[in-house]
Amino acid sequence: MTAHAAVGAPAARVPAQGSVGVHTQKLGMWVFLVSEVMFFTALIGSYIILRWGTEASWPEPRTVLAIPVTALNTFILICSSVSMVKAFAAATRDDQAGLKRWLLLTVLGGATFVSIQAFEYHHLIEKGFLPSSGLFGATFYTMTGFHGFHVSCGVISMIWVTIRAFRGKYVGGNYHGVETIGLYWHFVDLVWIILFTIVYLI
Amino acid sequence: MESVEHKQPNYIAVWAGLFVLTVVEVGVVYLRLPRRLMIVSLVFLALWKAMLVALYFMHLRFEPKRLLYVVLAPLPLAVILVAAVIHAWPVVPAP
Repeated sequence: MTAHAAVGAPAARVPAQGSVGVHTQKLGMWVFLVSEVMFFTALIGSYIILRWGTEASWPEPRTVLAIPVTALNTFILICSSVSMVKAFAAATRDDQAGLKRWLLLTVLGGATFVSIQAFEYHHLIEKGFLPSSGLFGATFYTMTGFHGFHVSCGVISMIWVTIRAFRGKYVGGNYHGVETIGLYWHFVDLVWIILFTIVYLI
Repeated sequence: MESVEHKQPNYIAVWAGLFVLTVVEVGVVYLRLPRRLMIVSLVFLALWKAMLVALYFMHLRFEPKRLLYVVLAPLPLAVILVAAVIHAWPVVPAP
């Protein structure tokens, strides 16, 4: 009873450092990412099961998809993850010029990734590889489409964070916003690393 | 200023590692290895890259253990999810 009362007691001010010992903003993003793990597991799991069951009739991905272009795109996304950690590192030492520069580079990297993916879709559709082109077409566009949607959301959020950085919202060690968007950004990069291997290479 | 920089991992080394692993992955595809060996090596390389991103870019290596438990929680659930789908839809692997 007393324990319950203690838990239920209204706090005058919610501490940013919660009982887990992690900033609440960061913990919130991690819990969201954990749900995203389940989302992508459903997609990747279905792909593996569908492909395993119909291996004989499944086209070899490299005969349909342009692996070198996508490998380059993978590399661009990895680079944008590096510029993101550089932005975070700049924010932790209150280097405002560095923060703005690295955030701009991250936005550029993400936008380039989405553009190359749009170009790839255009090229594949012209070649006649459509979402209706069998199981491979359906699963390919579902998985890469959902991932591209995530990157697009990331780019839009990153533009918002960059605008805030230019307005001086992350001065004086207030870097939690940069860290939070960074976690999302790296997660999307991580998912791409798995997707690139499963969908393009195997 | 210096000490903060010192505590952070060497991001450029991680970047170089990811670059090399990506090149190796693409190389593996064009090596025409036996299919099973190719799949095992590609999955291994992809997981290695994913670990690098999670541990260093997402700073999981430097986070308290309690956060690590939160992050690891969905992994058994993911295995259960996929196992349940396989169980519900028995597939016949190609010989």
